[in-house]
Amino acid sequence: MPENSAGTMTPRRPAGTLYRGREGMWSWVLHRITGVAIFFFLLVHILDTAMVRVAPEAYNAVISTYQNPIMGLGEVALVGAIAFHAFNGIRIILIDLWSKGAKYHRQMFWIVIGVWVVTMLAFTPRHLINVFSHLPGAGH
Amino acid sequence: MATTIETPRAPHSVRRNRGVNWEKWGWIYMRASGVVLLILIFGHLFVNLMVGDGIKAIDFAFVGGKWSDPFWQVWDTLMLWLALIHGSNGMRTIVNDYSTRPLVRKILLGAIAVSAVTLITLGTLVVFTFDPCPAGSPADLLPSFCPVNQ
Repeated sequence: MPENSAGTMTPRRPAGTLYRGREGMWSWVLHRITGVAIFFFLLVHILDTAMVRVAPEAYNAVISTYQNPIMGLGEVALVGAIAFHAFNGIRIILIDLWSKGAKYHRQMFWIVIGVWVVTMLAFTPRHLINVFSHLPGAGH
Repeated sequence: MATTIETPRAPHSVRRNRGVNWEKWGWIYMRASGVVLLILIFGHLFVNLMVGDGIKAIDFAFVGGKWSDPFWQVWDTLMLWLALIHGSNGMRTIVNDYSTRPLVRKILLGAIAVSAVTLITLGTLVVFTFDPCPAGSPADLLPSFCPVNQ
């Protein structure tokens, strides 16, 4: 085993801190990732909706590409990203403006996760039923 | 111009250069628009994905029906402006955080600004110049209130 020149007490990884690896860091990471994802979806979504100005056929052709099962699962991910970004955004506002916000930011993170789970439990079955029950050849 | 030197015990006064503090207003905008967007986008998602057949019901006639109502025209235009400015400002923050070369940063910020202005203009024009009953289109693709379907 090679000698550790900095001494045997040097940890391999930085020790955890109040922020690193904790609720504060992960809420920030998730807020960035969901924000960027939503931004790029928004760019595409404005362009696909603009097809209504071209022709009914053009809009229907573009929107039908959203109406298959793979995109249906993608829409669950999109709504999940939007819901997290929205609820965590409220948490950020409370940290900034509520006198006890910074004290309870970790508890509020877990409330965000809880509300997000409830939202997704309400949305996902409803949406997937719409996606999968109207497939070509599935009746109706 | 003579420089005045304050007495050592003079209370500290915050001297601000004149002009608008854009970063402060950006900070306020992200929070204010975020709260409004929560209502607008959740309403948008509920009406378009949860009610009726959800995504399966979305086609030209669906959009035509919505945008024949000034309520949804205003709703969607507000959502367009608030969301795109909110998103662009967020992307600006991220570019400022991660770009190390000044030229790359300038190009990325320029691209964000150009795409935001272009899409806000395009989207607003689409909402307000939209014709739900374009002449010569197949009747079965148009909303039921169009003359061709009466």
